[in-house]
Amino acid sequence: MDLENQRRVKEFAEQVGPENLVVIIGAGEAGASALAAETVTAGDPTYAGPLTGVSLGLKVYHVCEDEMKAEFDEAIYEDQVSMMEMVIDLDEIVEQMESIRSQFTKY
Amino acid sequence: MKSVVKGTSYVLVHAPDMLLRNGTTQTTERIVNPDSDYLKKLPEHIRSYDDALSYLPNQAYIGNLDPVALREHEQPWFDKKYDKADRFGSFGEIMPQEEFYFMIQAADEFELVRLEKGFVEEYKEKFFANPVLTDLIKDRIHDGIEKEALEKLLEDDAEGLYIGDRLVGAVKKAHDVDVALTSHVLLENLASKASNILSLLHLIKSAGLDPDEVDYVIDCSEEACGDMNQRGGGNFAKAAAELAGFTNATGSDTRGFCAAPVHAISIAASLVAAGAYKNVIVAAGGSTAKLGMNGKDHVKKDMPVVEDVMGGFAVWIGADDGKNPYIDLEHLGRHTVGTGSSPQAVITSLVSDPLERAGLKITDIDIYSPEMQNPDCTKPAGAGDVPVSNLKMIAALAVKQGDLERAGINEFVENRGVPGFAPTQGHIPSGIPMIGHSRQALLDGDVKRVMIVGKGSLFLGRLTNLFDGVSFMLLPNEGIEEKSAVSGDELRKIVAESLRGFAQSLLSEEEDEQ
Amino acid sequence: MSILEGKKVIAIGDRDGIPGPAISECAKSAGADVVFSSTECFV
Repeated sequence: MDLENQRRVKEFAEQVGPENLVVIIGAGEAGASALAAETVTAGDPTYAGPLTGVSLGLKVYHVCEDEMKAEFDEAIYEDQVSMMEMVIDLDEIVEQMESIRSQFTKY
Repeated sequence: MKSVVKGTSYVLVHAPDMLLRNGTTQTTERIVNPDSDYLKKLPEHIRSYDDALSYLPNQAYIGNLDPVALREHEQPWFDKKYDKADRFGSFGEIMPQEEFYFMIQAADEFELVRLEKGFVEEYKEKFFANPVLTDLIKDRIHDGIEKEALEKLLEDDAEGLYIGDRLVGAVKKAHDVDVALTSHVLLENLASKASNILSLLHLIKSAGLDPDEVDYVIDCSEEACGDMNQRGGGNFAKAAAELAGFTNATGSDTRGFCAAPVHAISIAASLVAAGAYKNVIVAAGGSTAKLGMNGKDHVKKDMPVVEDVMGGFAVWIGADDGKNPYIDLEHLGRHTVGTGSSPQAVITSLVSDPLERAGLKITDIDIYSPEMQNPDCTKPAGAGDVPVSNLKMIAALAVKQGDLERAGINEFVENRGVPGFAPTQGHIPSGIPMIGHSRQALLDGDVKRVMIVGKGSLFLGRLTNLFDGVSFMLLPNEGIEEKSAVSGDELRKIVAESLRGFAQSLLSEEEDEQ
Repeated sequence: MSILEGKKVIAIGDRDGIPGPAISECAKSAGADVVFSSTECFV
């Protein structure tokens, strides 16, 4: 994840408390989704950014996961995101996200 | 008047040592993690020139291989070689780093670049053997300076130019305190200028362009040149035009991240269509910063670091010749301030809106060229296959609009796009790489409509959160419309006849009234 | 229990996936407070 984004995630986790923070990812690929999810839970796996060695354990979802869709306004999701369900490999993304959450999410 | 694409050139520069020393992934790592495993392992993952030369996507970029044929080679491509690989292709060449250092020296007007004497003696003949080089370039090459003098320059903040561990040149800073004129910035800008010039020289040769006939040049790279009072003051375009020998041209720069080239082409085509200029060249050099951008993932996946080439291109937009494919200026696509960022809104604005205005559907386009990034670069980094994702978005919109079955998405991607073959150099892959191949396909009558799409991540500059994109259609030229050319005599006859007719009708009206 | 309602949300979008602002719109519709939204670019 971009170094500046890592810095902001870390700042907000400190500011509002990690239990009050949810990260929503919009990556088009399972690999990139997992990388971002790992960064905000276990720490930066690339050892480059401010989250290196920092295990925030944040709640993290992909925007197309059912848990998220259940809470979004249907019409807004339809307008803003739905088309991408035909583009991305959602099953693979869900699998990766669930795996990261079960291992590293603390809240 | 129609604006046609009269020719294109595409060049690559193999730059392994610039990757190691100037790519921002590496320079950042040296600051953040100087003892990292990545920096230790990286040199083992650098490719030789021959490996970069025989690399399938590179051969497609310079015109030696039809990108469609890339489908016959299973991905990844880094472990395969193209058996008919050649340094020169119908669009350009893949220049080795040693020779490119000569180009950088030739591009320098302020005695900022110095090469080592022994290095010049060793490689000068090889550099001069390049058939596109003009005397204007060759006459600018200095004899070089002693190695000790070069080392001294490095002590004074110069950036070194290396072949492996051997110091062969240096780029000096141009000011003691001005951060816009540091040696780092100057190397970046001179490398961009030099690869732009190389693209222009190839355009002269491959497209038969007469340098004297060029009226205007638009540079659409992603660098900024200027000093601290005008950091992006600019005009890479005129600087490159000067050394390409375009004596009668002026120019300017167009910026817009990766979307800049498509913006630049629509501007160039408009200048020609308006009759302001007859021949406008849109060109760009490459980026040293993006060399090895995804290197960490490539090293982690134990593959060569394939982002080891800088790109360049030039497109010649000229007045209608009745033959070359033209740019449809009446139906340009554009992402507006109000479009928003949702993928369906973006693709609607870039693809289906202009098509609808032209009375066409998404399925009426034969070839889409959205982002042409080589998947070998992006897949290992978890960013997937960018051209395929973009084509799928276009297909998904067609499904939403009822013009395509959902089951037909993969077939759409297969039939209406080509595999990505351009280096991840920002503006270089953004739609533009397919103009050369598409121009030929349109001339040969193999396809009827091509759409070129450029997208830009404006938010990276932290001035706006907006995204950007523009698109245009490239269409076959059905010949110059026959004007109802009438001679002076004929015109007089027509006027006389109509006057006579008018007089007679008046007469008959009078008769009627009587 | 709701995951998003009343929570602070960070949206990390993707230029060739779903961009940050599109995620933000959805999160807001679920009653979340979007404190930071960004879009990553891999190319």
